[in-house]
Amino acid sequence: MTATAPAAPAPRANGGGSGFGVLLRKELLESIRTFRLPIVAGLFLFTGLSSPVLARYLPEIIELAGGDQLGVLEIPTPTALDAVDQLVKNLAQFGALAAILLAMPLVSGEKDRGTAAFILTKPVTRRAFLWAKLAGLAVVLGASTVIAVIAAWIYTALLFEPLPVAGWLWLTFLVCLWLFAFAALTFAGSVVTGSTAAAAGIGFVALLGLGIVSAIPGLGKLTPGGLLGPATELAANTVSVGQLGTNLFYPIAATIVLIAAAVAVSAWSFGRQEL
Amino acid sequence: MTAAADARAVGARVEIRDLTKRYGGGNGVLALDGLELDVPAGSVFGLLGPNGAGKTTTLRLLVGLARPTRGSVVIDDGLIDPARPDRRRGIGVLDQEPRYYGWMRGRELVEMAGRLHGLSATVARQRAAEVLERVGLADAAKRRVGGYSGGMRQRLGIAQALVDRPRLLVLDEPVSSLDPEGRRDVLALIAELRETATVIFSTHVLTDIERICDRVAILDRGRLVTEAPLDELLARYALPLYRLVPEPGEDAGLARLATALRTVPWVDRVDVDGVGMTVGVTDETTASRELLRAVVAAELRLASFERVRPDLEDVFLRLVGRRAEEPAA
Repeated sequence: MTATAPAAPAPRANGGGSGFGVLLRKELLESIRTFRLPIVAGLFLFTGLSSPVLARYLPEIIELAGGDQLGVLEIPTPTALDAVDQLVKNLAQFGALAAILLAMPLVSGEKDRGTAAFILTKPVTRRAFLWAKLAGLAVVLGASTVIAVIAAWIYTALLFEPLPVAGWLWLTFLVCLWLFAFAALTFAGSVVTGSTAAAAGIGFVALLGLGIVSAIPGLGKLTPGGLLGPATELAANTVSVGQLGTNLFYPIAATIVLIAAAVAVSAWSFGRQEL
Repeated sequence: MTAAADARAVGARVEIRDLTKRYGGGNGVLALDGLELDVPAGSVFGLLGPNGAGKTTTLRLLVGLARPTRGSVVIDDGLIDPARPDRRRGIGVLDQEPRYYGWMRGRELVEMAGRLHGLSATVARQRAAEVLERVGLADAAKRRVGGYSGGMRQRLGIAQALVDRPRLLVLDEPVSSLDPEGRRDVLALIAELRETATVIFSTHVLTDIERICDRVAILDRGRLVTEAPLDELLARYALPLYRLVPEPGEDAGLARLATALRTVPWVDRVDVDGVGMTVGVTDETTASRELLRAVVAAELRLASFERVRPDLEDVFLRLVGRRAEEPAA
């Protein structure tokens, strides 16, 4: 056989890109087919619906549960602020758990199963592989948070009073940032260690550690924990963005830096790994 | 046919130089040691060796899943480069024991592979249908991969590797999970591909190599033992063989003959199995004269006596000192 001189591959319809679009579509389809998105969205919806209801009816619930035995203890009349506070606390706790559970197997699981090797022997960059996973994760967490916030806003309006939408947009943004921080840290754990269990451990230690650090006076606003207070206050319309000033800016900047650092470590580590 | 299409009609040429892989740092396991290979364009090239010989490591280095400790792999003078995503087009890869996304349908998985290779959605859909038909999975294309058997996953793996019509196809144990019929079909498919692609595949099953390979490299403990066209390998290393099957109840006679033959210089090896005896000889002329005399001297009654065609198993045994399915010590 006479071999002709090989030619460069012919150009492709999509320009032979990094594969990000195809991989993101796969991530989103996987989120739906494996019920990740419906389950997380359902849990967040429940959180959104139940938080104002709990805040509104907590005094009655306590009374029905034998609150008359508490004697002179008087429970104040709940307000919209209580509903928002309840929502932010619930989303911060359950949401962070969901973020950790969603992020922990994303890369280590694909490496274990051998599907990462299947993808990365195609003309796909490792960064596109990681970015698609992060984007898919962000869509699941972001969409679920939006659903929770819309449900909570409607129920807060029905049970208390309608609150300005702008403050709730801030709440959505700040809670999403909080969730992305734990998702990014757990994701980095999944990439660097290659172990789902270790990634979960890193996520939970981060949740615990940042919770402790944020309780230290003066340090709180330099951690993701500093996002939650402003989120509550802005959504409850008790303070304006201008009044918060650095109390809003610092935690946002600190969280973005944390997320960026986690993503950078992930990309650096994954680029050096063998599959 | 255009010039580009002409070039694509020939497989890729692969040059492997001093390829070395050590896992776990300086004192780690030396999985591959200074491998030198030239794989001609359009050939079906078999990598043969027992488990632990370095076959999978070689293929992983070839497709960029692992980095060499030393040495290089050059494909088509660097036009195809697995280390660079933008030059990875042109390679189709099938992993050993392939596992894919169980939630995906077979057709979707192959289409996605096509899309990742840069094919448009329409072309990827057409190609997916073609290759699934070719590997016998057209009827299962709409089923979820999670419900596929091991053999079906292997066929699916071959389909996704073929979807971009690669110039180099790298297959790690491509028929290991298939039943005999599937094995025959897939080997026939691989043999057909030599017209458009270079195929490098690993196996420890010698008959697979004999069926379809043009050239064979035998690896053992991370080193290249030999590499040559199959016919040349058989001519160079395969010794003349005789097969003797005794009448029933002749175990003592068979043992006497084996003992006697192991002492004569023109016999290379004597293998006694449950049915009879295989004798490898170094001097065919002497053997044809003396072997039956030895049978008579051992007072052995034979049911059959024949000269058999040596096969790769014999070459392998001679070169490596054990059977292909036996792991490295």
